[in-house]
Amino acid sequence: MNVASGIVFQILQSVLVLLIAPLMVGWVNQCRAWLQNKSGPGIWQPYKVLNKLFHKDAVLAHNASPLFWATPYILFGSMWLAGGIVPVLATSLPFAPAADVIALVGLFAFARVFIALAGMDVGTSFGTLGARREMMIGFLAEPAMLMTLFTASLISQSTSLVTIVETLGHGDLVIYPSMAFAAAGFVMVLLAENGRIPIDNPSTHLELTMIHEAMILEYSARHLALVEWAASLKLTAYVTIGIAIFVPWGIAQAGDWAGIPVALAALALKLTIAGAGLALLEALSAKMRIFRAPEFLGTAFMLATLGMLVHFLLET
Amino acid sequence: MMMDVSLPQPVETVVTLAVVWIGLGVAGLAFVRAPRFITHFIFPCGALVALLLAITGLGAIGAPPSVAILPAGLPDLPFHVRVDALSGFFLMLLGGVAFGTSLFSTGYFRGMAPAALALLSLQYHVFLASMTVVLIADDAYLFMVAWEAMALASYFLVTTEHHEEQNRKAGFIYLVVAHIGALGILLCFGVLQGGRGDYTFDALRQAGLGDNWASLAFLLAFLGFGAKAGMLPLHVWLPEAHPAAPSPVSALMSGVMLKTAIYGLVRVVYDLIGNIRWEWGLLVLLVGSATALFGILFALAENDLKRLLAYSSVENIGIVLTGIGLSMVFIGSGQPVAGALGLIAALYHALNHAVYKGLLFLGAGAILKSTTLWNLNQMGGLIRYMPKTAVVFLVGVLAISALPPLNGFVSEWLTFQVSLQASQLSSSVVRSLVPIAAALLALTGALTGMCFVKVYGIAFLGQPRLSLAEAPREAGGWELAGMVWLTIGCVLLGIFPVFVIGELNAVCLSLIGSGLSAEALASGWLWLVPTAGTQASYSPLIFLLAIMVVFGVTFLGVRRLYRGRLRRAAPWDCGFPEQTLRMQDSADAFGQPIRQIFAPLYRIRRQVPRPDDAAPVFRQTVEDWHWYVLYRPIARLTTYLSDQVGKLQQGRISVYLLYSFVTLIALLVFVK
Amino acid sequence: MNLPLHAQIINLCAALLLLLAFAMLTQRRIRSLINLFSAQGLVLVISTLTVAYATHQTHLYYSALLTLVLKVMLLPWIMHRLIRKLNVRWDVESVLNIPATLLIGIVLVIFAFNLAAPISQFSDTIAKSTLGIATACIFLAFLMMITRRKAISQVIGFLAMENGLFFAATSATYGMPMVVELGIALDVLVGTLIFGVFFFHIREKFESLDIHHLEKLKER
Repeated sequence: MNVASGIVFQILQSVLVLLIAPLMVGWVNQCRAWLQNKSGPGIWQPYKVLNKLFHKDAVLAHNASPLFWATPYILFGSMWLAGGIVPVLATSLPFAPAADVIALVGLFAFARVFIALAGMDVGTSFGTLGARREMMIGFLAEPAMLMTLFTASLISQSTSLVTIVETLGHGDLVIYPSMAFAAAGFVMVLLAENGRIPIDNPSTHLELTMIHEAMILEYSARHLALVEWAASLKLTAYVTIGIAIFVPWGIAQAGDWAGIPVALAALALKLTIAGAGLALLEALSAKMRIFRAPEFLGTAFMLATLGMLVHFLLET
Repeated sequence: MMMDVSLPQPVETVVTLAVVWIGLGVAGLAFVRAPRFITHFIFPCGALVALLLAITGLGAIGAPPSVAILPAGLPDLPFHVRVDALSGFFLMLLGGVAFGTSLFSTGYFRGMAPAALALLSLQYHVFLASMTVVLIADDAYLFMVAWEAMALASYFLVTTEHHEEQNRKAGFIYLVVAHIGALGILLCFGVLQGGRGDYTFDALRQAGLGDNWASLAFLLAFLGFGAKAGMLPLHVWLPEAHPAAPSPVSALMSGVMLKTAIYGLVRVVYDLIGNIRWEWGLLVLLVGSATALFGILFALAENDLKRLLAYSSVENIGIVLTGIGLSMVFIGSGQPVAGALGLIAALYHALNHAVYKGLLFLGAGAILKSTTLWNLNQMGGLIRYMPKTAVVFLVGVLAISALPPLNGFVSEWLTFQVSLQASQLSSSVVRSLVPIAAALLALTGALTGMCFVKVYGIAFLGQPRLSLAEAPREAGGWELAGMVWLTIGCVLLGIFPVFVIGELNAVCLSLIGSGLSAEALASGWLWLVPTAGTQASYSPLIFLLAIMVVFGVTFLGVRRLYRGRLRRAAPWDCGFPEQTLRMQDSADAFGQPIRQIFAPLYRIRRQVPRPDDAAPVFRQTVEDWHWYVLYRPIARLTTYLSDQVGKLQQGRISVYLLYSFVTLIALLVFVK
Repeated sequence: MNLPLHAQIINLCAALLLLLAFAMLTQRRIRSLINLFSAQGLVLVISTLTVAYATHQTHLYYSALLTLVLKVMLLPWIMHRLIRKLNVRWDVESVLNIPATLLIGIVLVIFAFNLAAPISQFSDTIAKSTLGIATACIFLAFLMMITRRKAISQVIGFLAMENGLFFAATSATYGMPMVVELGIALDVLVGTLIFGVFFFHIREKFESLDIHHLEKLKER
């Protein structure tokens, strides 16, 4: 593979992910509105919100430390980086070998630790409440995510996402029963990690139930814009990880420039379906009590672990 | 014949350095009246010795083993010493951490009472020297002597503040468990020598025990070293003893002393017993996983900063044992390459834990010194008073939470890679248990993140929960120097893992005769590759650079495009008008979800106020049920037995004479 | 690993069965429990059809049809009617909390796999590793019966257990003789009907379906 073209491609993909992330959130919200018989704000709304936030004056609390204002940048940077690691369009990513799936999960954990710390920085009651709940969700979601990815790693004998995609997407068609478990666990983790119903509700500011929104209460203007954008990047990164592992067909092989248009079309189709599916899941379920969440995520964790077991017992 | 003008053998250097340490300690005793001399001269000298030791250790890893016989010990029973790759690695660990703690101590102990300071300096340096000797001992006799010296020196350090009853109690528990462990090790050596009476390690290596005897020796060693390492259920002394000692000593105990137990286990199992069986590995794996999970769960329920760190040490020892267990399972199943990877992961984690836990304990010491607080529930907002400490502590927190690109992540990553090799195993039971161990490890890692967000968020962020008489001051120069040294260690070990792996590979080669695959070693200094490039790779440096580039691009982009101003105002907090400092989460509140989810694993007592209480009080204590299930019954039995034996003590001379007489007769009858 | 496609499908069905068994363990709502049960029936139908197609055994087509009619349609319909009439919609808290139940479930799965491993080695059928999963399904259904307090969910557990048995029979040994199969089907049907009658009696007697009340029915 040509290194220069690889780097061009890497930058191209990173920019693409950055730009379509808000669209993904807009699409999910629009679908949800349709399912609830509302007309909805339109799929471009997140861009308008970001634009608005970037034009406002920022307010910081008196006692906010440097960690507080640095966190939005760290958060945004980590999520953007995650979007650059996942093979979204093609497997020819020169940056991909630097970080495998475990490092990817580590990157998400890195961002989570910083946003939780930022929530505790100002020392308000809601900020600490949100941080505590976020870490509670995180400590169960993170291992579940790892186990899900391990199931795919065991099948492809590799923890590198590129190799996983090449094995699963470009090899012979083989049905892996263990992936059924991993997929079930992954969807549950995706819902929890991105603050969707049934764990959290991204559109609520009802004090007692919020998690993610409680942590970022003190942010405004450009900081809030970065946090919101990072949240949409995170959702996109998770969905693309899911696509890469469970439906990798269509992702172009390394160095295959001709496959890019097909890959783009496949990606658009898959993201559209995934967004609609997400909205459907959200519309069908009700938000849980906060202490049902560990049960939900514990189930995800067990399912993912079971996936690994099934792999060892059924597929080797 | 050429004169030998080259460098002295590593073993000679190490012995000399240990002697210098003892000499420094004794010198401190001579200068009781000059406390400034002790803090300004002896501790920095000790630090220098530590640095030399670390360098010697590093040099010894690649070199062939060097041996010597010391002109000391009993007649006919000389002390054998030997420095090989494994010893070299642990000497480097000891020296590296001790350099940091000694620098820190230089500043930390200023202002102590002179007599106490001189004693402390003696114990501190004897403690360091005895740990050194444990690492180089080449016969069971010297090993046990050094082991006991280490236990005693640390016992006195734990009871430095002996006027407090709690510390005396902690010291007692520590001594009891340490001796149970020492007994196990002693018996293990007894089994290993197989009746030939030769206790040098060379003789023990060649013993060639049968299966059952080897298993017995393994079990004894596991019990003995496990007790010292803080393995479940023998961990109870650790959260008592480590916080009781002065902070630099806690750092040494958690960072290094626990590792000597790991060293002992590896030395006895891999080197002396040899012929590892996978069943042993499975035992170590299960105990290690359980230890890790329990350790971190109890750390999460704790609100005393140093006790929390001690429980977290239990957790990290669990992770090291998980790695060793995996390695033993693989070696026992005839997969030495994966086994070597497991051992490398375990030793790497031991090194990482030594560095970041040393750093965190020193940070706790700095907080304790400047605020006199040890309870997290009373801290808050320290980042505004101690910004430099806050930065180095943050690095420690990120490292221990296993976040890339710092060092904790590398060793956890390696451990995961080992567990993913499970498809190579033939037994289906083992194959299905390895993923479960990996799952537990993942859970533990994520819980660690939560635990240290709690520590940092409560102690350094937010607003002060208690108004102190005077504002906390930043840690002094020496203290910061010690902490910065260890911080650098955290970063370098995280960014350049390949160099460490290279050294560890040499250790593995000398110990089990096999190392990493050629492809893994040929991947260059930039890429960390455990088995093969297509299987897994990780490049912390590129990762770090990418993070920095992305961060920079974002920062500059926002700066350039953004037109709005920035102003400061009171926190918004959803517009609630009443905001008091007590409305922030306390450490206990932060751990509440964990206590609720894992309630059956704790022993919680709550005192809940009634609705009509005029002055409502909520109190809650969380205790380790091991005390009640395991230790209380044993203690009660012991007391009962000693009461029974006590009845023999009548106080009348003639009764005692009768005992002697009866014994004599009984012996005569028996021997006849 | 390159099994023929039909073996892969059967393996997938096996995994789905196990997944559904676990889903049943975690489900609190009786209505969803019944739906999961009928989903399990559907997976059974697919796997039976696959075995039938692959081994050309006509009698398996009949048993697939029987399963479809009985387990996917008739029994769920009866049970839905039952809970409507009895007006029970929620299961109360189960005896153990759900993660603990799942943990036990995983231990049972490992046990079942190891139990089945030596038997599968002698089997020469197309999907020999499914025996372990079938055993695991039986154990899990048993576990569900143990941990539930409502009589209806226990009946569903009983039926799920029969599902596991049926799967073992079709995939590991290419099905039982038709007579036996018909007999079992009849048994299950009649059993469910009898249970239904029982429910009404239990509720009349105790005004609840919580089997907790049955604990009174002992000597002294």
